[in-house]
Amino acid sequence: MVAAWPMSIDLQTVKKIASLSRISVSDAEAEAMVPELNNILGWVEQLGEVDVSGVEPMTAVIPNHQRLRDDVVTDGNVRDKVLANAPQAEHGFFAVPKVIE
Amino acid sequence: MLRFAQQKASTSLSPNGIKILTDLTDLTVAEIRDGFRAGDFSAREVAEGFNANVAAAKALNAFIVETPEKALEAADAADKALAAGETLGALSGVPIGMKDLFCTQGVQTTAASHMLEGFVPTYESTVSAKLWDAGAGMLGKLNLDQFAMGSSNETSYFGNVISPWKRDGGDNSALAPGGSSGGSSSAIAARLCPAATGTDTGGSIRQPAAFTGISGIKPTYGRCSRWGIVAFASSLDQAGPMARTVRDNALLLDVMAGFDPKDSTSLNLPVPQWEAGLSSNLKGKTVGIPKEYRPDGLNAEIAALWDQGIAWLKDAGATVVEVSLPHTKYALPTYYIIAPAEASSNLARYDGVRYGQRDLPDGAGLQDMYAATRAAGFGPEVKRRIMIGTYVLSAGFYDAYYTQAQKVRALIARDFDLAFEQCDLLLTPTAPSAAFTLGEKQADPLAMYLNDIFTVPASLAGLPAMSVPGGVDSQGLPLGLQIIGKALDEQTVLNAGLAIEERAGFVARPDKWW
Repeated sequence: MVAAWPMSIDLQTVKKIASLSRISVSDAEAEAMVPELNNILGWVEQLGEVDVSGVEPMTAVIPNHQRLRDDVVTDGNVRDKVLANAPQAEHGFFAVPKVIE
Repeated sequence: MLRFAQQKASTSLSPNGIKILTDLTDLTVAEIRDGFRAGDFSAREVAEGFNANVAAAKALNAFIVETPEKALEAADAADKALAAGETLGALSGVPIGMKDLFCTQGVQTTAASHMLEGFVPTYESTVSAKLWDAGAGMLGKLNLDQFAMGSSNETSYFGNVISPWKRDGGDNSALAPGGSSGGSSSAIAARLCPAATGTDTGGSIRQPAAFTGISGIKPTYGRCSRWGIVAFASSLDQAGPMARTVRDNALLLDVMAGFDPKDSTSLNLPVPQWEAGLSSNLKGKTVGIPKEYRPDGLNAEIAALWDQGIAWLKDAGATVVEVSLPHTKYALPTYYIIAPAEASSNLARYDGVRYGQRDLPDGAGLQDMYAATRAAGFGPEVKRRIMIGTYVLSAGFYDAYYTQAQKVRALIARDFDLAFEQCDLLLTPTAPSAAFTLGEKQADPLAMYLNDIFTVPASLAGLPAMSVPGGVDSQGLPLGLQIIGKALDEQTVLNAGLAIEERAGFVARPDKWW
C-alpha cells in the first residue's frame, strides 16, 4: 500500500501547479479550478485501496527491446526547416526575449 | 449477408437497360479500389464526388482544412497509372480524410488547438506517408478534440463537430460524434469520405465509431508508428483506421502498420495481411464475456445488444465463456493519472519558441512569455489535464499517484493475460450509451471521462480492440460492440468484427439534413 494520500488542494496549491505548468491563470480561473481539480483528484484516490504489494510498476505494455542504432549521423542540415515555424527566428536562430540584463 | 456482395455494387441496370452509376460516395474503400481497377469509374470521378460532399457539409464542421486539390492530384495520378498499365498502389483511386493530429507536409496541422494554428509541418508523419505512398489522396484535415483530449469533440478550438445523426421523432438536438476522432467519424457516417485515420489513447477511435454507426480499430500498441503524430500520452497513443466496413479497416491497417525506426516503441515485426486473412468462421475460437463490464444500471438497450452480439458470435461457431477482469473499476482512475501525466510532459514543448503561437506581453521576460503563451494557446480541458499531470508528477506526490497508477496498470494488464488463458477474444459494449447531446456533459469533466469506461482498459494494456455497429437504439441511434483481442492478434479481432457485421446487417444511415 502507498503512503497516505495528499490532502485536498487549495487555491494556493492550484496557483503553484499553474506556475509549475507555466500557465498563467487569473485569480478567478484559479478559484474555479479548486473544486474541479479536487473532484477529479478525489475520484482517482480510490486507487489507494488496491493491494499492489509485490507488483512492479508497468514500464512497457508490449514487451519490446530498446534498439541501439549505429553511432552515425543520420539527420541534419535542415536548419531552415527547423526554423520555418518559429514565431520569431533571426540570423538562423530562435529568438526569445532578453534573458540576461 | 454483406450489404454489397463482392463486386459491381457500383452499377445497376435501370428498367430500360441503361447502366446507372450508384452514387460513388456510397461505396466502401474496397469497392472504390476494385471498381477503379476494373474501369467502372475513374479515380477522378470518385474524388470529385467526395470533394463535392465535403464542400456541401460545412454544417457538420468535420474538416479544419479542406484539400480538394490533393484529392484530385492523387486521383489523376491513379488514373494515369492505370491507363499506362503501371503498378497500382494498394489504395490507388481512394480518397481519405486525415485526422488533424497527423503532421502533413505543407498542410496546416493544428491538433484542433489555437496553440498550433498556422503550424505547417516541413515533414510528413509515417502513417500518412504510407497511405499517400499506397496511392490514397487527401480530402482534408479532420477536426478533433483539442490535442485529442475529449470524448465528444467539444474541446476543439475550431468549434464542435456535429454528428450527422439525429434522434427519431423530430428531436432536432445536435448530437456528439464522439471523440476525440469526431471529425473522422462524422465525415465517414455522412459520406464525406469513405475512410479516415483516427488515433486512440483511451477510446478515441472506438467510441466515435460506435456513436456514428461505423467501424474502427485500434491495433496493438506499437503496430503503427507514432512518428509525426502530435503526442498526447505516448504510452497509450495508437493510430488506426476508421471506415464503414470491417474489410476496409483491415485493408487500411495493412497499409498503416509496420516497423518504423523513428519511433522507439514501434514493433519490429512482420505485418500480417489482414484483409487477405479475413474469415468470419469462428469455429474453435472462444469468446470471453467479462462480467465486470455489466455493472448494475447498465443501459438495458446496451445490455440487449451485447446479448445479441454473443448470440451472433455463437452462430459464427465460437464458444462463449464468462471471464473476470477484477481490476476493471480501477481502469479509469488509472488512466486519468497516467494520461494527464504523460500529457503534461509532452505538451511542455509548446513554449512559444520553436513553433506555434507566441504571446509576448509588453515588457515580458522569457518565463512570462511561456506562461502567457500557454494560457492563450491551450483550451480549458487541455489546461486541466496538464495541471493534473503536473500535480501527480510533482515532488512528494509522484509515488502516491503515478507509481501507484503504473502498478495498478500492471494488474489490469495481468487481468487480461489471465482471461486470455481461457479465451481468444473478448466481447463488450463499446460505450455505456448512444451518442449524447452536445453540451450535455460539458459542465462535468468526470461525467465525460466515465464515457470511456469500456474502452480505456484495453488501451492501458496495449491490446488491439475494435468497434463495429451492432444496431440502433429505440431512438434510432447507432450502438457499437467492442472486440478486444490478444496482443498482436488483430486478425481474430477483425474476423469477429466481420462475423458481427455479416449478422447485424447494419444498413441504417443518417438522413441528410446538412
